Amino acid sequence: MELDRIEKLLEKYLEATTTVAEEEIVRDYFANEDIPGHLKSYAPMFHYFSAAKEERFTKQMLPKPKRQRGYLAWASIAAAAVLVFGIYFGTVYYNQQEQKKAEFAYQETKKALSLLAANFERGTEKVAYLKEFEATKEKIYNKN
Amino acid sequence: MQQTEFLDVVLPFKDKMFRLAKRLLVSREEAEDATQEILMKLWSKNKIMANYNNVEAYAMTMTKNFCLDRLKSKQAGNLKLVHSNYQDENVSLQSEIEVSDSLSWVEKIMEELPEQQKMVLQLRDVEQYEFDEIAKLLDMKPTAIRVALSRARKTVREKLVQKHNYGIG
Repeated sequence: MELDRIEKLLEKYLEATTTVAEEEIVRDYFANEDIPGHLKSYAPMFHYFSAAKEERFTKQMLPKPKRQRGYLAWASIAAAAVLVFGIYFGTVYYNQQEQKKAEFAYQETKKALSLLAANFERGTEKVAYLKEFEATKEKIYNKN
Repeated sequence: MQQTEFLDVVLPFKDKMFRLAKRLLVSREEAEDATQEILMKLWSKNKIMANYNNVEAYAMTMTKNFCLDRLKSKQAGNLKLVHSNYQDENVSLQSEIEVSDSLSWVEKIMEELPEQQKMVLQLRDVEQYEFDEIAKLLDMKPTAIRVALSRARKTVREKLVQKHNYGIG
């Protein structure tokens, strides 16, 4: 590459009248060939531009697909609904069981009480004989 | 547009977006956050995107606007002070370590350029966009771009020559 051509291109470069293709030539020149002393101060510039182009964006471009998040949201809503229904029907069932238990206890008590009543009945029958005794006693007293 | 399709469209120029963001915001983390946010915005507009014939130009313009907004809001708040203090320390520490590394000098010289020149130099000399593309991206006239580019190149060159002659010390 002739030196004066590069020098001319550099001059144009500083005036910003070079084309992209011409700038490519200059960049290549500074990347590959031995550079004479008076042009050395240009070298870091072009080296830097080439190096700067190598920088990459390495982070994740977009966060996790939204669909997954939506799915999770629906799952949590469903779980909450199941929980609420569960608690509701659970209490209903529990109340029913309570009622049954109470009824059973009531029946048992009733049975026990009627048993007691029957026994009392028998007791009063026996006490009735005592009345006979009293009446006879009266009769005897009255005769005397 | 499906997400995989969208990623295919964006893939060729996501690095360009990131590099422009980093040129403007300097810090790598901030540039990464900005790029992600812009990609999210693009994705949210993916239905309209099919109508754009040049998605890359659109994305690059978005990047430019987003970063300039961010710089502006930072200048308004106290964050700027904290950030630039931190950045300065970092640079001086770095410069002590890398005195001989002339590539990082170019980076630092570019940091000192006005934003418009920074962007023009980035888009032209790093990404090799044509003038009319840059004109569209930055909403500038081609002549204005030429002037800004010429100034930027001359400034970088002058400062490099200074460093070269004084041997940086």
